[in-house]
Amino acid sequence: MQTVSQPKTLWSGEIGMIAVLAILALLCLFIAAKTIEPAYAFHMGLGVICAAIAIFAIFQRFNKRDAAFPPLEINGLPNYNFGPVKFATIMALFWGLAGMAVGVYIASELAFPDLNLAPWFNFGRLRPLHTSAVIFAFGGNVLLATSFYVVQRTCRARLAGDLAPWFVVLGYNFFILIAGTGYLLGITQSKEYAEPEWYADLWLTIVWVTYLLVFLATIFRRKEPHIFVANWFYLAFILTIAMLHLGNNSTVPISLFSSKSVIVWSGVQDAMFQWWYGHNAVGFFLTAGFLAIMYYFVPKRAERPIYSYRLSIIHFWALIFLYIWAGPHHLHYTALPDWTQTLGMTFSIMLWMPSWGGMINGLMTLSGAWDKLRTDPVLRMLVVSVAFYGMSTFEGPAMSIKTVNSLSHYTDWTVGHVHSGALGWVAFVSFGALYCLVPWLWNKRELYSLKLVNWHFWIATLGIVLYITSMWVSGILQGLMWRSYTPLGYLEYSFIETVAAMHPFYVIRALGGFLFLVAYCLMLYNVYMTITASEAAAPAAQPSLQPAE
Amino acid sequence: MSSSTQSHGGGFFAKHHIVEKNPILLIIGILIMVAIGGLVEIVPLFYLKSTIEPVQGMRPYTPLELAGRNIYLREGCYLCHSQMIRSLRDEVERYGHFSLAAESMYDHPFQWGSKRNGPDVARVGGKYTDAWHVAHLTNPRSVVPQSIMPSYGFLFDTPLDTREIAANVDVNRLVGVPYTDEQTANVMADLNAQVSPDTPEAAALLKRYPKAVVRKFYPGSPQLTEGDAVIAYLQMLGTLVDFSQFDDKASLR
Repeated sequence: MQTVSQPKTLWSGEIGMIAVLAILALLCLFIAAKTIEPAYAFHMGLGVICAAIAIFAIFQRFNKRDAAFPPLEINGLPNYNFGPVKFATIMALFWGLAGMAVGVYIASELAFPDLNLAPWFNFGRLRPLHTSAVIFAFGGNVLLATSFYVVQRTCRARLAGDLAPWFVVLGYNFFILIAGTGYLLGITQSKEYAEPEWYADLWLTIVWVTYLLVFLATIFRRKEPHIFVANWFYLAFILTIAMLHLGNNSTVPISLFSSKSVIVWSGVQDAMFQWWYGHNAVGFFLTAGFLAIMYYFVPKRAERPIYSYRLSIIHFWALIFLYIWAGPHHLHYTALPDWTQTLGMTFSIMLWMPSWGGMINGLMTLSGAWDKLRTDPVLRMLVVSVAFYGMSTFEGPAMSIKTVNSLSHYTDWTVGHVHSGALGWVAFVSFGALYCLVPWLWNKRELYSLKLVNWHFWIATLGIVLYITSMWVSGILQGLMWRSYTPLGYLEYSFIETVAAMHPFYVIRALGGFLFLVAYCLMLYNVYMTITASEAAAPAAQPSLQPAE
Repeated sequence: MSSSTQSHGGGFFAKHHIVEKNPILLIIGILIMVAIGGLVEIVPLFYLKSTIEPVQGMRPYTPLELAGRNIYLREGCYLCHSQMIRSLRDEVERYGHFSLAAESMYDHPFQWGSKRNGPDVARVGGKYTDAWHVAHLTNPRSVVPQSIMPSYGFLFDTPLDTREIAANVDVNRLVGVPYTDEQTANVMADLNAQVSPDTPEAAALLKRYPKAVVRKFYPGSPQLTEGDAVIAYLQMLGTLVDFSQFDDKASLR
């Protein structure tokens, strides 16, 4: 085969992709020329530029690549495709910095309102930028990177598709770019955690379906008869997010040439759709997806099998079934019918069980390896993330109880709860996974510095503690002040008095977030030094040197 | 303490192998499991009396109110201000009658909010003067010293872009807001009429949109500004339903 020199031609996939991108670029150019909205024209211009760059990149790759497809296996071993995984890893690290920095900034705005710089950097425009950047940009890229890594490893098969995985990671990050710049420019459909407008939503739908197909096709290539448990969670995450995205973003654009669209749902129905989506963005994006990470990286790092196979089956099906019902707990005592609120509350409480099933399965995986917590700060990060998962999935059901919710809702308690999950669970399990992944992907023996990981862990943990304790106090305090009566039966505090009382806690919260950000910068430095280190990985056969136990 | 090989024996768990080896069955299983909760909780809301029954007084937004609402969305006001008064004693005493489902039935999308960095605004209409709103939006701390709200002075320097409002009304009608033919035919006229009191156009507007507040909300500019639209929106919030006529008992669920 090698003797016959094949003439190098473009593969049909490359031709198809170039054609699609060219048509898209023309469409964007057409819209940009016709629209009266500068911000929308800017987005369409970005579309033209990015499509052109992508076409150029395909030709560049063509010049460098072999005539034949990369083999699926080399010497009987899978020829893994880690390019898209590396890209998503780097993007996760970049967006994490952006999202957390914006988070610290808006936290400071609440403490010192003069930091609001109208109109672009007002709280109302930056807050969606923060939430989207940390959830969808940082978290999303972590999920893309780990899912594409884990599915290849656990199936012992090369990632399906040639350009398709690249289309997924690049297309997803283009979506982030459009979403993020849109918020600053005032393009939003005002649905929390689903703010991007119709054209960004359509683009994400295409990217997401491709993601599902690449993931599934890789599973179909698997050499193992069983689909590994992490992949069940990834599949549930990908499928359910698709369903939620379509349901909650059903909009009619007012014209092809306008960024504005009108959602087809209204009032109560829209509220229910929103929190069906919103709570399950938590349930499936931030929980199922990251549980998949737990199920691969914790056993791998601890070098122990998953604690219980049966528990993983039960908790998987129970978790995905129960989570979907929990949305109405965001709407207690509102105009949503009582029966729906009660259903939401009941299922939220039941959800405690599968959540703790997952926590127990993760923690008990360390049976016989607990000593490693002393010597391996990466494993410590992973384990503490699971502990935070347990804590916030206990707090969540408690807050879903109507009487508790009547106090906690609309206050900082909710914000604190979200962040104990987001910082303690999602970010920590991501950091742990990235600390594992980076040396594996870039063929390094170990991280540049475990000591820095240790510093990262402790500074970030201190930041979380400051964050969530200040929000508990401010949330409960404000909730109590709102409902406080004088002996004569009048409301004791005006609203603004309750705002003023929050100031010290907002300062502490901003400090907590700042510590978390500083610790994150240590990680960036550590990862940079690891990737650029000249030392190559030790051969796999050589036993790795263990630190003293 | 079971490793994976040990626990593969017996009964229900043995059958799980079928799903684990077949991605299509796994997908079908997942889709069924995640569909049920949403169907049970969402679908009835489109049929129940308490969630779809109109209440007297509710009408679609005037074009100017709708334009103001779009700016309210654009600036992310909903991130700090709820529009949902819960049926709790302190909320009803602080903000007014608890919010009815019908009061947001023409809201595409809803604006109930999830966090109160500032107070609820579901019934803010008529509580403050236009001049107060101008001062407050321009520099919140000039009227409420402890406020943490950003400044929105630029709204009063920005002329209202009205070029897309007619299409916006049409699409609202398309998705179910009962705008009449007469209303959709007079969008631009109604938009300008709402800041031109004591004109025949204003009278026509009031006939089409009862209880609309008609005046120049920001007299500081001869032009129609974004600030005019926002204040027009704020001044109508929660004012449409007359609760002296409203039968509370009938809404008990």
